[in-house]
Amino acid sequence: MDVFQVFIELAQSTIRVSTPLILAALAGLFTERAGVFDIGLEGKMLGAAFAAASVAYILQSATMGLLAGVLVSVLLSLVHGYASITQRGSQIVSGVAINFIVAGSTVILGEAWFRQGGRTPALSADGRFGTLALPFAETLRDVPVLGPLYSGLLSGHSLLTYLAFLMVPASWWVLYRTRFGLRLRAVGENPGAVDTAGISVIWLRYRAVICCGVLCGVAGAYLSLAANGGFTKGMTAGKGYIALAALIFAKWRPANVLFACLLFGFLDAFAIRYQSQAFPLIGKVPVQLMQALPYILTIILLAGFIGKAVPPKAGGIAYVKER
Amino acid sequence: MSVPHAKLPGWAEYGLIPLVNLAVAFLISGLVVLIVGESPLDAAYHMVNGAFGRGEYIGFTLYYTTTFIFTGLAVAVAFHCGLFNIGGEGQAYVGGIGVAVACLALDRTMPWYLVFPIATVGAAFFGAFWAFIPGWLQARRGSHIVITTIMFNFIAASLMNYLLNRVFKPLGSMSLETRTFEAGGQLPRLDWLMSIFGLDLGSAPFNVSFLLALLAAFAVWLLISRTRLGYEMRTMGFSPTAARYAGIGEARIIIVTMAISGALAGMTALNSIMGEQHRMQLDFVQGAGFVGIAVALMGRSHPAGIIPAALLFGVLYQGGAEIAFEMPAISRDMIVIIQGLVILFAGALEHMFRPAVTRLVLGLSPQGRDTAATRGA
Repeated sequence: MDVFQVFIELAQSTIRVSTPLILAALAGLFTERAGVFDIGLEGKMLGAAFAAASVAYILQSATMGLLAGVLVSVLLSLVHGYASITQRGSQIVSGVAINFIVAGSTVILGEAWFRQGGRTPALSADGRFGTLALPFAETLRDVPVLGPLYSGLLSGHSLLTYLAFLMVPASWWVLYRTRFGLRLRAVGENPGAVDTAGISVIWLRYRAVICCGVLCGVAGAYLSLAANGGFTKGMTAGKGYIALAALIFAKWRPANVLFACLLFGFLDAFAIRYQSQAFPLIGKVPVQLMQALPYILTIILLAGFIGKAVPPKAGGIAYVKER
Repeated sequence: MSVPHAKLPGWAEYGLIPLVNLAVAFLISGLVVLIVGESPLDAAYHMVNGAFGRGEYIGFTLYYTTTFIFTGLAVAVAFHCGLFNIGGEGQAYVGGIGVAVACLALDRTMPWYLVFPIATVGAAFFGAFWAFIPGWLQARRGSHIVITTIMFNFIAASLMNYLLNRVFKPLGSMSLETRTFEAGGQLPRLDWLMSIFGLDLGSAPFNVSFLLALLAAFAVWLLISRTRLGYEMRTMGFSPTAARYAGIGEARIIIVTMAISGALAGMTALNSIMGEQHRMQLDFVQGAGFVGIAVALMGRSHPAGIIPAALLFGVLYQGGAEIAFEMPAISRDMIVIIQGLVILFAGALEHMFRPAVTRLVLGLSPQGRDTAATRGA
């Protein structure tokens, strides 16, 4: 197989693997820039994936499934918000709790409703997000270089994938070009100043948490309705944590989030494809090293060895209004 | 909420509030059981019966308790210093290296009572090492301990997978585990302790490491409440600024605390590797490191609270297995839900019921009524 063909295939699977990472990392971007740390991305994604697959199966509609996934994810976000914003509990503890509650209840409810060992039944075409062909994809297929790039790489993804990539500039615009975004970033750096300006810190943080829920919901729905045809037990398999790592790796900036997720997605796609192949100079790379690489890279970055990732200043601290 | 919480008497602070939080967690779990179409009361019966019904069941309950005492202590020690060590899972997993190496090298030549201390040191060393790195990164490079310990859990999983694949697996074996240890690598079970109470241990793997866990709990109490290092740790946890003004070496305390925490987590490996399986298997920790978070929160980070909290989770794990057997609709994943709810209500929402409890308790005691009256006037 020629190099170009390999490149197209690798790039295509990179996009597929990166899509949920991008959505989840952008979700984390919204809450963390507002000062609410969220290690519950994993649980929200898993809960959304389960709700999406269940509803899509019962109603035979991918759209309704997506809505259900988003709804469940937003509800979980609100639990996190209530615990960490209103009750001023530990944001980390709350996130951990949500991950466990969802990991257990998706299996228990799935088994009770569908009796397939924690899976949801396989979805028909109506219940899934099929792939979209971009205009002229067929006619351009035979054009050299451009053809494979357009028809093979850019065309033929699910609607949610295109949505995920569109969300990157959209998030940037919201965070950096709207009043809401300015206030959201301010509340993550100096909530006292925002409060002094007469803006409710609590309500702003709740809105950020809801944004996070919506995006996590789409990420989860992508997993069960587009990437797979149904829900399987623990199907997020640590993607929420990889997204968290990508968010830190991206230093909490939208454009960087895209590249970090593509990088981590590429590592994953690469590891799957070249599991047991020897390379010139380095020899055989253990697949376990490839799997651990995103985490290792994030730790090296966090330690300040490649640039410095500075988290939002008020992150992790509940806001107490002065009296 | 503008009035600071009134001080509660000790029995309410350390007894009533955790009980209320626990009760709410169990009520919601009961709702889940109802949704699934089973009776919560039956489930509770099977759980208690499955945990205490027979000597063998009690043995299993205490076997799980042993594991959770170690992981709970690990999380609690870090809590005292204001650090959240989510990495107990990975530290216990890596601690397995120390146990496995000691057992594989010595099990044919030495009796268990010589291998056990060596394996303990090995487990503690590897666990401590796996927590030392995040501790060092936090203290010297300012990386957030929560994030690094999460990442280290995943790296530990990959590392152990690799080691079991390439190093520990005997030649020609397909399954990812070490060879089974000979007599020297097997901890004796505590039949004698059970027979004092007239109970038959049956096949339960309740073993000597339980005594080590109790010893560790006592040692942690000594460390936290009776030593200078423990005092410095608590000062750090209470107020890092105060600690700095008091001339306490911030970085040193963080690193030492994390190493102790990791050592305790690492010792978890003794119970399952040397005590039950007599070999190291892939993913032998099975989430026990995360249960430690719930145990430490329930036990309010005090060894005297951690032991009953660990016992509670021992009951959940052993009794949960019985429920899964009797009620097929409720698999062991139910425990994960309860665990999450306990973490939510005893941890993140710990203050939710405090105002109500405070009103109730202070309203009952005559002295409290007086203060309430003066405040009202």
